[in-house]
Amino acid sequence: MQVTRRQFFKICAAGVGSSSLVALGFAPGEALAEVREFKLARTTETRNTCPYCSVGCGILIYSLGDQAKNAHAEVMHIEGDPDHPVNRGTLCPKGAGLLDFVHSPNRLKRPEYRAPGSKEWQPISWDEAYTRIAKLMKEDRDKNFIAKNDKGETVNRWVSTGMLAASASSNETGYLTQKIARSLGMLAFDNQARV
Amino acid sequence: MALQSLDIKARSATTTQPPSARNPVHVAKLIDISKCIGCKACQAACMEWNDLRDEVGTNVGIYDNPRDLSDQSWTVMRFSEVEVEQGRLEWLIRKDGCMHCEDPGCLKACPSPGAIVQYANGIVDFHEEHCIGCGYCLTGCPFNIPRISKKDSKAYKCTLCSDRVAVGLEPACIKTCPTGALVFGSKEDMIHHAEGRIADLKERGYAKAALYNPQGVGGTHVMYVLQHGDQPELYANLPKDPSISPLVSLWKGVTKPLMSLGIGLAVFAGLFHYVTAGPKEVEEEETD
Repeated sequence: MQVTRRQFFKICAAGVGSSSLVALGFAPGEALAEVREFKLARTTETRNTCPYCSVGCGILIYSLGDQAKNAHAEVMHIEGDPDHPVNRGTLCPKGAGLLDFVHSPNRLKRPEYRAPGSKEWQPISWDEAYTRIAKLMKEDRDKNFIAKNDKGETVNRWVSTGMLAASASSNETGYLTQKIARSLGMLAFDNQARV
Repeated sequence: MALQSLDIKARSATTTQPPSARNPVHVAKLIDISKCIGCKACQAACMEWNDLRDEVGTNVGIYDNPRDLSDQSWTVMRFSEVEVEQGRLEWLIRKDGCMHCEDPGCLKACPSPGAIVQYANGIVDFHEEHCIGCGYCLTGCPFNIPRISKKDSKAYKCTLCSDRVAVGLEPACIKTCPTGALVFGSKEDMIHHAEGRIADLKERGYAKAALYNPQGVGGTHVMYVLQHGDQPELYANLPKDPSISPLVSLWKGVTKPLMSLGIGLAVFAGLFHYVTAGPKEVEEEETD
């Protein structure tokens, strides 16, 4: 490498200049330390009840977007509802992991039917499922309904079919479920809370 | 300069004074080990909030799952079965994770400017985009907390949910804890809360119940209520008197200036040689 006298002075000047700038505090690339952006800032918050056990904890479901017409909502975070009297914001490990339950590939999203003796589950529509349940209920009730007992007293019992209801229902849903089951004369009536 | 959502108190490998006029509240997480049932809701909530998913491991006959902290697991429950006295077994469950030291060894050891910062509220945060993956923070940490990711060779650990705290929320683990073993608030309030718990534990026969807020690291922003405050090592080897490894002060205190001097001398020697002896002339040869 050949350096002329002139070039040598230039190199020295540049070196002294840049090192002085750094010493004066004009160092390049001073990046800011910013915390991770709060990811729920403009998400949509939806209240719901945890689907797992009978405790029925309140949850807040956060989904992408502000519900604008063209924004497709996607559940991206779930945490406890601080305003819910049952859990006041807390959740157990299963509840805290609900996001993966929502997005699980194994999650059942539609009714399925397995014919007696068959090994195969086949998907059916909600209409088909409700029609089939109603039909079987009516068939069984018509056959086995007990209007009067041996003494001739009116009892209106239907003991050959039972109902298992959800525990995550609200008071109002629970009241209606009870009314429907009892008005049919159903006695075997239980709740997932006792499972 | 942008106004950050949290003021910075200290920044790794930086000597300039950060802005420090404002007086924010010092925050703290209090872990009451006597109330913890080891349900791991905090682990699940931590992974969920921070978008982490650890590998599903294998059962090795103990409750610890995952076995250890990792880039995907910033907090783990450590289960210790301890016979505190003859015939009296106790199951001590400690939520392990970053202690957010007031005098953070990781930050002191870090050579990369801005990779580790301490906010004025006490939270110590890693900024992985500045991390060079050298692993010095592992040496600097008295609690063996940071983990280098195999995916990107950068160090990760609990952030005390600085993104939640910055907008006024509690960390994800605190919110989810079903037994109330985890509480969060100002450090002052947390010490007060702990005093109440310790008085209660003493009444119940734990005469040595105490708050774990080790002064060797200037106190911590994650504190424990220990039933056996005189023996923190019972709780999966929680260090009794944690302090920053002397290697860190050796590196930052003695070695670094010596090395800088060495570099300066080398440059000066080169320049001196260039001026006195001139450049090394190589005979031009056709090499094609």
